[in-house]
Amino acid sequence: MSTDFWIILIGTLVACSCSLVGCFLLLRKMSMMGDAISHAILPGIVIATLMMGSRNSLAIIIFASLFGLITVFLIQMFQQSGIQSDAAIGIVFTGLFAIGVILVSLFARQTGIDLDCVLFGEIAYAPWRRFSIAGIDLGPQALWTVGPVFLLSLACIGLFYKQFKICSFDPIMASLLGIPVLFFHYLLMALTSFTAVAAFESVGVILVVGMLIVPPATAYLLTEKLSKMILISMLIGTLSAIGGYYLAVFLNSSISACMVFISGILFALTFLFSPTHGTITKKWSIRG
Amino acid sequence: MWLQLIQDPNLRWILLGSIFLGLSSGVIGCFTYLRKQSLLGDAVAHSTLPGVALAFMITGSRNLWGLLLGALGTSLLATFLISYVTRKSRIKQDASLGIILSVFFSLGLMLLTIIQHSSRGNQSGLDKFLFGQAASMVRSDVNTIVIVSIFLLFICAVFFKELKLLCFDFEFAKGLGLPVILLDHLIMLLMVIVVVTGIQIVGVILMVALLITPATAARYWTDKLHVMVIISASFGVISGAIGTLISANVRNLPTGPVVVLIAVCLFVFSLLFAPKRGLVVKLLLRKKLRFLQQNQLLQQELEMEAKHEY
Repeated sequence: MSTDFWIILIGTLVACSCSLVGCFLLLRKMSMMGDAISHAILPGIVIATLMMGSRNSLAIIIFASLFGLITVFLIQMFQQSGIQSDAAIGIVFTGLFAIGVILVSLFARQTGIDLDCVLFGEIAYAPWRRFSIAGIDLGPQALWTVGPVFLLSLACIGLFYKQFKICSFDPIMASLLGIPVLFFHYLLMALTSFTAVAAFESVGVILVVGMLIVPPATAYLLTEKLSKMILISMLIGTLSAIGGYYLAVFLNSSISACMVFISGILFALTFLFSPTHGTITKKWSIRG
Repeated sequence: MWLQLIQDPNLRWILLGSIFLGLSSGVIGCFTYLRKQSLLGDAVAHSTLPGVALAFMITGSRNLWGLLLGALGTSLLATFLISYVTRKSRIKQDASLGIILSVFFSLGLMLLTIIQHSSRGNQSGLDKFLFGQAASMVRSDVNTIVIVSIFLLFICAVFFKELKLLCFDFEFAKGLGLPVILLDHLIMLLMVIVVVTGIQIVGVILMVALLITPATAARYWTDKLHVMVIISASFGVISGAIGTLISANVRNLPTGPVVVLIAVCLFVFSLLFAPKRGLVVKLLLRKKLRFLQQNQLLQQELEMEAKHEY
């Protein structure tokens, strides 16, 4: 199959799995937490790569997700000790990201990760890094890291959809109903970490942050139902992946950056023209 | 060894630049922290990137004033868009921050890769703006940073009283007839300017840490604004200076992350050892209380026993 197809498929999978957790993050007003986690996993990725001596995906995902959870834990600890939540997020993620960047700069040769790939990822080369078992070629490796994580999030959220929903909209009612709110909070954070790590390797940090926030926010302006919001968000993510790829080919530019840019344009259009929440549509309906 | 380093005239200039940057970002960070706008700085810093790239594409040169003007333009646009999206739709501020941040930054990276793929792209050195490279500054760059920083500090000193009132009691300041909205915009403008001047040393991605971390660390030591400002400024200066020295001496090590790491170390030190609020003091206090409590219980028990025997 052609490389175009693989790149778009990987981009779409990343966009869909980010949308899935991103919708819940948005509703819980934790979008910046997603941003923080996707930056803070970098030292985990570098340390795991250095320890394993190769880019073993499973080890990286487990180790780096641990860093994601450490981030969440640290931020909560600082908030409880009286630091503003904004500042707590800012200190933790910039600190961890800085450690990651220093490690990347010092051990670039050993790990084969460079600073450009931290930001942009390697989605353009992803089709050539193959995954094979016993000599049978099973497609790009990125597909085998992003795909399972997507299925895992889908399974978790599908199984506990009701619980997640109540926890996001009314945490107090959820705890009155006997739902373990804290458990679902950490489950969501763990899923966010898994998604961020799996996507990070192939597409870099910008695409993860962008896809965690922009498509869910766009969908939020289009519907009032959570299930529809998730579906619309995935659809927008897919459109951004396809549009972004062809824009990048046309401009000879970074693929991940273009994908986020297209999702930004879709957001701007929705912001202006959404039938229920668009600013211009609202003005027209007042005049009419 | 360190003395020798400081005698290198070029490095001395660069050090001067980072010291002034640390000073002004430490001071302004206090105000943004107290106005609860810390993460806005992150969005502002990321959104300078398309401005820098656009300015380079238009002027074709790496003149710092041009790049800074471009950066100022896009970051002001981003600040406006964030507040516009938050006001006009049901999207909350943190999400609109994230949207503007990621979209502007991706636009910047798009332009950056286009520049790098073009013929003159390799000499542009624009990728140094991502993580900062203090050693790449020339003397005129340092002059610019020093002049802008002195200007910012001057403004802070002139409006100190008004800003203080705004930070601690918004409603009271409003009641006194202070132009609170204007002052709020002033804090935002100061923040945008300090971020823009800092991107060459610390880089667009981590610049926000130099606003947040020293100020938050300083908050541990005092309850007085002017003391907080002084402590935060000195933390900023220490991280800027040490970070620059280390990164100038290790090959391929960008300045930004080292500066941030030093700032985080100072933060952790404050977190542990600050008087009154530090964790160590709190733990000692708790132990002492428990000890006193136990003593009291023991005493009561003894008294009861004594009564019983009586």
